[in-house]
Amino acid sequence: MKLLAPLVAVFALAALALGGAAAGQYYLLGVVIPYVAFALFLFGFSYKIYGWAKTPVPFNIPTTCGQQKALPWIKGNELEAPSSTLGVLGRMALEVLVFRSLFRNTKANLEPGPDLSYESDKSLWLFGLLFHWSFLLIFLRHYRFFLEPVPFFVGFLEKFDGLLQITLPTFYLTDALILLGISALFARRVISPKMRYISLAADYFPLMLIGAIALSGMGMRYLHKVDIALVKTHIQGLITFHPEAHVIGATFYVHLLLVSALAAYFPFSKLMHMGGVFFSPTRNLANDSRVNRHINPWNPQIKIRTYADYEADFKDKMKSAGIPLDAD
Amino acid sequence: MYNLKWILPPFLAFLAILTYPLWSGPKGAMPELAKPKGEACVESATWMRANHMQLLDHWREEVVRNQSRVYVNQAGQRFEKSLTKTCLSCHNNKQEFCDRCHNYTSVKPYCFECHVDPKLSEVSHVQ
Ligand code: HEC
Ligand code: HEC
Ligand code: HEC
Repeated sequence: MKLLAPLVAVFALAALALGGAAAGQYYLLGVVIPYVAFALFLFGFSYKIYGWAKTPVPFNIPTTCGQQKALPWIKGNELEAPSSTLGVLGRMALEVLVFRSLFRNTKANLEPGPDLSYESDKSLWLFGLLFHWSFLLIFLRHYRFFLEPVPFFVGFLEKFDGLLQITLPTFYLTDALILLGISALFARRVISPKMRYISLAADYFPLMLIGAIALSGMGMRYLHKVDIALVKTHIQGLITFHPEAHVIGATFYVHLLLVSALAAYFPFSKLMHMGGVFFSPTRNLANDSRVNRHINPWNPQIKIRTYADYEADFKDKMKSAGIPLDAD
Repeated sequence: MYNLKWILPPFLAFLAILTYPLWSGPKGAMPELAKPKGEACVESATWMRANHMQLLDHWREEVVRNQSRVYVNQAGQRFEKSLTKTCLSCHNNKQEFCDRCHNYTSVKPYCFECHVDPKLSEVSHVQ
């Protein structure tokens, strides 16, 4: 059920787009739904960020994997246990760009004996990295539709992505890599019983949806071709707010509807880890709890009275009673 | 709200980059293509717009591997399977036909590193 529901949902979306295109609903599919989806994305994303920005962090809770900065003769590890803002930025950059914490992933094995053993498991890191970077490069390549003149980096990416110069239109490496990455991430959840047990429909749905987006995009490029120049004209119409319905191949509308579904679903799903990673206290706090006091912002304001205040108030009485004063 | 000085600038930058195509001003429209010679294309124009690169790929394969140089289209007309001799004989203004559309859609075929655009070679003869 956890597997079937998202699968049905993705197929239903594709079927809807095919049906809509067959029924001539080009304005709905090509204009209304993309606009609504993009608006939902912007609104939802901002709302999530707002929610996180107003949530206080009660404790200093960085997770550290290295020696904290301490005495001068102990070598501190600035990236694994940052003591400064610069170190935190470095750790965050490593996390976001190369998924450093996944690199430390381990796998537990129960062997006859019974013996429990742990071993390093880099597959999640590797396939996660392949998937995310391919996705980013593919997204950036799409700027050939969004901007005219086409920005400089698109040609650069296309050149290296199409390095093999096989097939026409030229085959892109990232197309193969994203499929490899997403298939492996999917297989990881279904093959191991432990992973399957903790996986939910909300884990499978994004994988299937993104897989379907990649497949429909590739189908449109290599198999069931569409008029790319018309696609660009259509998208230029959308982004200059002069939208028009165009009759483009049904594959395009399948792709567009799936992308719209992803954009609309994004802010309300686990995919928000894109913004959330920056808000993880374990990643974004410096490991400086011995140097700076972290004040919990939701602590009530307690009225405190120091001994110095007390003494100032009762100075005369204390003096006459012969009690020694700190102030003297 | 906490830590706004760390959250707001990157978030606004993210929104600005994401919506850049929407506010960065007017975009170029699809450029005007040079008029081809002849009545009709090898296949219907709509089909050509989407599929011409695969037709060329097919032609290349047939010629180079099978020595089959004659293409018969849907309507039964015969064409030589040749990039320069067939396509560019009717579309004799490559710059303002093929290249214009390719620039608009950011396509850079590497074919003309070897194949000849007759118009360009004429120019170089004159010089
Ligand atoms: C109406 C626009 C248009 C015109 C006119 C046009 N092309 Fe294309 N061409 C395209 C698009 C769009 C692609 C890329 C398709 C894709 O990315 O899926 C392409 C791809 C190609 C490719 C494959 C390049 C690659 O690396 O993927 C070749 C070769 C090609 N065109 C040759 C020609 C020739 C030769 C002409 C002129 C006779 C021509 N085209 C005219 C739009 C056009
Ligand atoms: C007999 C002359 C002739 C030959 C040969 C020819 N074309 Fe065409 N082509 C035309 C004409 C005429 C049109 C415009 C047809 C129309 O608008 O109905 C056209 C249209 C096109 C279009 C669509 C352009 C648009 O208006 O958007 C493309 C792309 C194209 N041709 C590519 C090619 C390629 C690639 C070849 C070689 C495989 C080729 N043509 C060979 C005459 C020819
Ligand atoms: C490395 C040089 C080179 C490149 C690059 C190249 N070709 Fe060719 N092509 C050849 C040679 C050599 C032949 C064989 C010519 C012959 O037998 O008539 C050929 C033949 C062809 C033919 C059939 C014959 C003819 O007269 O056109 C087609 C069609 C063709 N190539 C298309 C393409 C396309 C499309 C591209 C770009 C995607 C391309 N070629 C890139 C060298 C090249």
